[in-house]
Amino acid sequence: MVNFNRFTLENGLRVLVHEDHTTPMAVVNILYDVGARDESPDQTGFAHLFEHLMFGGSVNIPVYDEPLQRVGGENNAFTSNDITNYYITLPAVNLETAFWLESDRMLNLAFSEKSLEVQRNVVSEEFKQRYLNQPYGDVWLKLRPLAYKKHPYQWATIGKNLSHIEDARIEDVKAFFRKHYNPQNAIMVVGGNVQTEEVRELAEKWFGSIPAGEKYSRSLPQEPELKEERRAVVKANVPVDAIYMVFHMPARTDKGFYECDLISDILSRGQSSRMFINLVREQKLFSEIHAYHTNSLDPGLFVIEGKPVQGVALEQAEAAIWQQLEQLKTEKVATDELEKVKNKVESTMVFGQMSLLEKAMNLAFFELLGGAEKLNEEVSRYFAVTENDILERAKSLFRKENATTMYYVADAAEQVNLADK
Amino acid sequence: MNRLEAPAFGQVEHIELIKAEPVSFANGLKLFVINGGEQELVRIEFIFKNVNWNVAKPLQAYAVNSMISDGTSQYTASQIAERIDYYGAFIQTEYNYDMASVTIHSLNKHLASILPIVKSLLTDSIFPEEELETFKRNQKQKLSVSLEKNDVVSRRTFNRALFGDTIYGYTVTATDYDQIARADLIKYFREAYQPANCTVILAGRATEEAISLISNHFGEDWTTDQGFTVNTFEFSRTAGLERYVEKPQALQSAIRVGQTCVNRQHPDFPALQVLNTVLGGYFGSRLMANIREDKGYTYGIGSALVSLQNAGYFFIASDVGAEVCSAAVSEIEKEIKLLREQPVPAEELDLVRNYMMGSLLGSLENAFSHADKFKNIYFLGLGYDYYDTYINTVRTITSERLQELANKYLDFDSFEKVIVGKK
Repeated sequence: MVNFNRFTLENGLRVLVHEDHTTPMAVVNILYDVGARDESPDQTGFAHLFEHLMFGGSVNIPVYDEPLQRVGGENNAFTSNDITNYYITLPAVNLETAFWLESDRMLNLAFSEKSLEVQRNVVSEEFKQRYLNQPYGDVWLKLRPLAYKKHPYQWATIGKNLSHIEDARIEDVKAFFRKHYNPQNAIMVVGGNVQTEEVRELAEKWFGSIPAGEKYSRSLPQEPELKEERRAVVKANVPVDAIYMVFHMPARTDKGFYECDLISDILSRGQSSRMFINLVREQKLFSEIHAYHTNSLDPGLFVIEGKPVQGVALEQAEAAIWQQLEQLKTEKVATDELEKVKNKVESTMVFGQMSLLEKAMNLAFFELLGGAEKLNEEVSRYFAVTENDILERAKSLFRKENATTMYYVADAAEQVNLADK
Repeated sequence: MNRLEAPAFGQVEHIELIKAEPVSFANGLKLFVINGGEQELVRIEFIFKNVNWNVAKPLQAYAVNSMISDGTSQYTASQIAERIDYYGAFIQTEYNYDMASVTIHSLNKHLASILPIVKSLLTDSIFPEEELETFKRNQKQKLSVSLEKNDVVSRRTFNRALFGDTIYGYTVTATDYDQIARADLIKYFREAYQPANCTVILAGRATEEAISLISNHFGEDWTTDQGFTVNTFEFSRTAGLERYVEKPQALQSAIRVGQTCVNRQHPDFPALQVLNTVLGGYFGSRLMANIREDKGYTYGIGSALVSLQNAGYFFIASDVGAEVCSAAVSEIEKEIKLLREQPVPAEELDLVRNYMMGSLLGSLENAFSHADKFKNIYFLGLGYDYYDTYINTVRTITSERLQELANKYLDFDSFEKVIVGKK
């Protein structure tokens, strides 16, 4: 159970307070309701590049990190296809420093050309480090546009290619800030050794005068239902073949999401999971195989990825995966097996409550989903899933016409491709 | 309200560690209890020192650890996993240069069901031939993928340069996997997984019941009946050569430079941690400020001081754009030189002091983190006064002393310099 208090400032900023007096620390987590899905198709990677620029100085504070480190604080941020999330941890006695810093960059950025230039380079290096100069690093750059033809999930948060990042101009940065970075589009969670009244006063003092800005209303093109199977073969200079199969699945708040999550656990969570026992340990067809999903707010992807052992053809590997999926579609999962994955969900949640930052991030995320209360109802949503729900969900999920399959073939002759050619 | 001026701030005055309570058993097993937390759960670590290093059988300690839940005379691998998973518990193995551990995370209410299985693993593992073949095949495949990563190759090359054919430096190849024999694993298991070589660390809501369950399962009929020798090594500074592994198609180069250094047992260690933080130990460090935030050569660069049982070492590592690799190396050299030639300005040092104190406070998030602090000192024979010294050093060290240390320990010319990619 994660307790919290909530209030909203006049400018629309939602504030949640989680008091935890067992720690001397405090966290300030600010979620902005903007992600890569909100980008224009010809300026992808922008939300993430922008996240970097948020550390390049704000209107009254030339550098962001230094004053925070001076009071014993640390911070970081991440961007996903759905959200951008910034967080600070610091000794609770210095809480006000976090309010000073975060409110100033919500008020306005410095928009320095030097910062833009440097961060374009930094993000280009990040692009290379994570996506281009790693074996299998470009898989999602290829898989997303195959699985999505309309919805902006068709590009990764890093962007479609390096040139979109290199072409970013300061005017674009300013426009993006105006559109998305205002109190109405933000959720702030303050947690740790803090008092709700103290947080309310600090919030009024530092954030209260920030103009509400325009409310961004999202209308994204939705992905039509797939009508036929999609397939692709990619060759790359990697040592081992790999197979990727993705299936379109329900959105985060849909009941079906929980069914899919449990199905992925049944298939591949831990060494008692079906695919591990059958395909790795017994049939010895794969050296590794994983089922997971993209945890997306809009309808996302259920993913199966594996590396067959040497000598096993990708066709054979794929057939073996389908056999596992067919079984889920035709036989009800045993009560014990379903109970097992539910128990694991429950204990994972309890362990998650050991971390103050994780609690704060979760509160912000569930507030965005429609109410932080839902965080505490999460376990019961999993426990409500029945054997029959799993069967029906498997039937609708694992259809050929809902599948996008990519063979990633090891080929030493293949040159590394620069994505921006 | 004045947005131009930072709010007043306070210093971290008081840091309190939850101290480990020792419990001993007649069979030589040592248990340490770190009690704290609201949630009804515990983490139990069974830690075994690496023993009997044999360069001809370099993977036996790793394989035994990785395969510990792959079967006992009572349970198959799948039955073990099934039971652990059913109770929502987690079992993890971890192998590092000095130790191998088996860690359980469990809700208290399920401990009585989990511990008998854990006992079976630690006392009765059989390393089935069939599972061993799977292990070898899968590990070789993972190794072939890892070797495509420049940072992995740079780490291997660097460690090899510093530590040669010891467990710290050994460069594993596919052949080493082929040569693992089941009989060797069984032998190593009998020698290393004995109560006299085991430290148990219980952290979380450590109830009387949890302690007595551990006592019942591990403190009584488990015996030590084989001899073993805990690994010891001695090292001296190495040649400091440039080691270039060319990858003609690389978009980025992995840089790793550094040298052996003192470990936590040495009185200079806490002060060196301050010096390391200034150079590359936090986001605002000199390396980050220069090479990422000013030049944009990399997504990240950092330095670290590593304390092992038999050695310490210092390194700087980064993945940089291939076309700016040489420029990045010269900037690293410049930063080292600067630390040797000029004292760290007072304002910067104060910031680092505060940052390190806040970071220490923040690293004590829950009973598990307090347990980690204990492990840092216990295995090196240090007491909790180490942290008093550390805090005192962070608060009082002078710029002159840091400069002295830079001259004593950081000499770019003597560093091993590894570059994987293009330069």
